Amino acid sequence: MKPAIVYQNVKKHYGSVKAVNGITLSIPEGEFFGLLGPNGAGKSTMINMLGGLSNPSSGKISVMGQDVQKNYQEARHLVGIVPQELVFDPFFNVREMLRFQAGYFGKGRENDKWVDEVIDRLDLRDKAATNMRMLSGGMKRRALIAQALVHRPPVIVLDEPTAGVDVELRQKLWSFIKELNKEGHTIVLTTHYLEEAEALCNSVAMLRAGKIVVLDTTKNLLKKFSTKNLMLRLNFRAEKKLPKIIERFSYTELDGAFIFELKKITDIAEITEALKKSKVEIIDMQTVDTDLESVFLKLTGNKK
Amino acid sequence: MVTLKTQIIGTWTLLKKELLRFWRVVFQTVAAPVITGILYLLIFSHVLDSRLEVYEGVAYTAFLIPGLIMMSLLQNAFSNSSSSLIQSKVMGNIVFLLLTPLSYLQLFFAFLMASIARGLFVGICIYLISIIYIDLPIEHPWILLLFALLGGGLMGAFGIIAGVWCDRFDQMAAFGNFVIMPLSMLSGVFYSIHSLPPIWQKISQLNPFFYMIDGFRFGFFGKSDVSPYFSLVIVVLFFIALSFITIRMLKSGFKLRN
Repeated sequence: MKPAIVYQNVKKHYGSVKAVNGITLSIPEGEFFGLLGPNGAGKSTMINMLGGLSNPSSGKISVMGQDVQKNYQEARHLVGIVPQELVFDPFFNVREMLRFQAGYFGKGRENDKWVDEVIDRLDLRDKAATNMRMLSGGMKRRALIAQALVHRPPVIVLDEPTAGVDVELRQKLWSFIKELNKEGHTIVLTTHYLEEAEALCNSVAMLRAGKIVVLDTTKNLLKKFSTKNLMLRLNFRAEKKLPKIIERFSYTELDGAFIFELKKITDIAEITEALKKSKVEIIDMQTVDTDLESVFLKLTGNKK
Repeated sequence: MVTLKTQIIGTWTLLKKELLRFWRVVFQTVAAPVITGILYLLIFSHVLDSRLEVYEGVAYTAFLIPGLIMMSLLQNAFSNSSSSLIQSKVMGNIVFLLLTPLSYLQLFFAFLMASIARGLFVGICIYLISIIYIDLPIEHPWILLLFALLGGGLMGAFGIIAGVWCDRFDQMAAFGNFVIMPLSMLSGVFYSIHSLPPIWQKISQLNPFFYMIDGFRFGFFGKSDVSPYFSLVIVVLFFIALSFITIRMLKSGFKLRN
């Protein structure tokens, strides 16, 4: 399959800070791709360079074969980017903004029908004549997504599209983005919600400190790191150390719980016995399968 | 994909948006400067009309009007592009422009045209109100129009430079208060530079605003402090220089794409 987006040894340095440090990545057409990583990993910098909001220090980026610097006009026609921040123009209403945005891409009145369709599909019909200032956060987010779609780009990039969005709207946005992908759009998603990436993305790249730590299909990644885990909630103060015997087990801490990686099922008995001997009370216990979150924690260095 | 048609539509869309932007706040962008101009006219003409004759056979009030029109035109042309850019930068919605295929030349042209349009609109309003009270000849309409367009363009380009360069509203306010205001007040709007001591005449001749206003005034009366052709050369040179700097800034993405 032809690549939709290609990064070739791309670097972006701000003085001594290496925001993106030699990334090479190819995202095939029609892919639903997740870009994951902690804050400052370089996700937004990668997207900004793709959209021409900043220029790479070195390396090349192309969209559907068009170099984003040399053929920037062609490249920008091919990509629609939903920015992370809830930005808007306070002078205009939703429909006006969408028509202006389409116009910048050379779309005239013939595109108005598509603008209305985007408005409908994002449930913005009732707010189409409302000034952007007067919209709620969720509505502004929808309008931002609509703005990225008005010129019908084959590649859509969503930078944290569901940040600060309630569960209902998040579900609606997920299904809308899935539909777009089914229609043939290549989707690139950055998100902090790992369950979002797990539910939506065919493949993911995990970033840390401007570098790709892992790049694989979501399925492979989960399979590769598939382990049984034991999640324990302990009556245990942080300043105390876990019993020495337990430290040989690999574990991560998440929301006050300890998640131990089990090599064999008898490890459960060994761990619980050791805790009992050390007089650490177990408040809750359950076994859990690997999810993207635990893979992410392992790969981005939060593992103990 | 990128055709002449798409580029024309893109440029026209940005121009239309910029025009609508100032029209949406017409009381602030047009009514306020028109009222300020008229107040200057009422006060200065009331105090000085009977005491001062700058050009022979031209009443002081008549002398004052072209200067006030041009000063308002220049200030508003500057305000249009500079305020649009600084607001977009501070609000963050500048990304909507930067993500589009609009080239640096398209951005330059649209912002410049919108600035000229606002400057002309304010200037025409002051002119129309003024001629209710006083007869104002127009000796050379084409020269008058040429200076109005070049002045609006020059200040529109200067506004783009300021809008791109400034990161905060207070920086922009400083630009207005410490650069635009003194240059426009000391440009011969209210007086002929021949009434100044020689040293101040020399200093005034370093001010590009002086040539824009003097040349514009020539369009009305056929009289000016310096040759209108010399003024035209100076204004054209400044326009070219500022346009060159603006285009270079937009092309490099200075303070926009970083």
